[in-house]
Amino acid sequence: MTTARSEVPARARLLRFDGAEQVLHWVNASLFGVLMATAAVLYIGPLSALVGRRELVRYAHVVSGLALPFPLLAARLGPWRRAFVADVRALARFDDDDRRWLRSLGRAKGVRMGKFHPGQKLNAAFTLGAIVVMLATGSIMHWFRFFPVEWRTGATFVHDWLAITIAVVIAGHIKMALSDADARRGMSQGWVPTIWARRHRPKWYEEMTGKSAQPGAGGPPTPSG
Amino acid sequence: MEGTPVGRRVVLGMMGTGLAGILFGSKASDLLERALAPITSRDGTGFLSLFPVGRFRIYTVTGRLHSRSDADYRLNIGGFVDTPVTFTLDDLKAMPPVRMTKDFQCVTGWRVHDVKWTGVRLADVLDQAGVKQGAWGVRLLSFDGSYTETLTLDQARRNDVIVAYEMEGKPVSAAHGGPVRLYVAPMYGYKSIKWLETVEVSETPARAGYWEVRGYDTDAWIGKSNGRDDRPV
Repeated sequence: MTTARSEVPARARLLRFDGAEQVLHWVNASLFGVLMATAAVLYIGPLSALVGRRELVRYAHVVSGLALPFPLLAARLGPWRRAFVADVRALARFDDDDRRWLRSLGRAKGVRMGKFHPGQKLNAAFTLGAIVVMLATGSIMHWFRFFPVEWRTGATFVHDWLAITIAVVIAGHIKMALSDADARRGMSQGWVPTIWARRHRPKWYEEMTGKSAQPGAGGPPTPSG
Repeated sequence: MEGTPVGRRVVLGMMGTGLAGILFGSKASDLLERALAPITSRDGTGFLSLFPVGRFRIYTVTGRLHSRSDADYRLNIGGFVDTPVTFTLDDLKAMPPVRMTKDFQCVTGWRVHDVKWTGVRLADVLDQAGVKQGAWGVRLLSFDGSYTETLTLDQARRNDVIVAYEMEGKPVSAAHGGPVRLYVAPMYGYKSIKWLETVEVSETPARAGYWEVRGYDTDAWIGKSNGRDDRPV
């Protein structure tokens, strides 16, 4: 369901991501964009041949890769960290509903989501893990002289396969975002329509509004679980 | 905060898998390459070449890919020889061909198994010009204008060092160094100079090649140089 901005008055909106979180998301997205574009040039033969300048492309790739931890650290440590820290906590834990969703591979009925869908939680954890592993393997590839030779081959092996996995996961992330304009607005404008939260993230809706998300209910939240 | 710390498990699991991959990935990728070689070598679509299994990576040290048509291609043999000779592609193809199926091993670790090469022995090409007594070796130049390599005369005369014009039964593509490249089977890939244009016989030890002045070994025997222990080809 799509709702035009003008149709959603301020009282029908819920704040989903604050400014610092949006900046972090888009800085990360840009770095990943540069990394994937330069990776494609370094890795796909016809593109390498078309672009050439291997040293320059490699330099851009290495610099963007080494930059990855800094936006995350700034978001975590800066004075604007409150919402980010809270969201990281929410992303890190699976509650009963999330586990039920995961065990049924997404098929369970009546699963009630909190602020984040378990798929989003897995995506966040995967992205953090991927950054750590890509930084480690990329560093071995770049400073290979300081490591045993088999490590270089091993690191290349991991870096290549994980890069392909990351490309697939990011494609999935973008596909999900493209299919839901209201959810997308959470990351472009910071808020989502309250009615979206009630339908798609009922537990979060209840936390934020103090009302029950059950159809027809207007009173206090009913115990869930 | 209640709930299962799935996020931490995912991150730690990835770090563990990544570390295992760094330590044992070299063996795993070798096994994978050998197991999949029958499939990857028969893939006509090029789709499989997107996966990091037994694939060539195209390295060029200059700003763009250099190409030269078959008709315009020339191979010049000169320097410390009796008579400088220039070969066209047809001249090379008229010589007795050498065919071999051998691996290509890069010093960065990747290896492509069982590549079919066709060309002529560098020794035969040198014989047509007549190398003078007491020559040290050859300096090889690429028509990309930057890349150079060297071989001693003994190395250049080996039977598994060829001036290649076919790979996998097809003309060597521009990306792979065509129309004509060198293939030095027993040495790391950087010795197999692409876009070969000039073979200069040298009386005295030649200036080191492109990657050699950047720290790689000049005698680049596979498994016995650059601190590596790959299986020899």
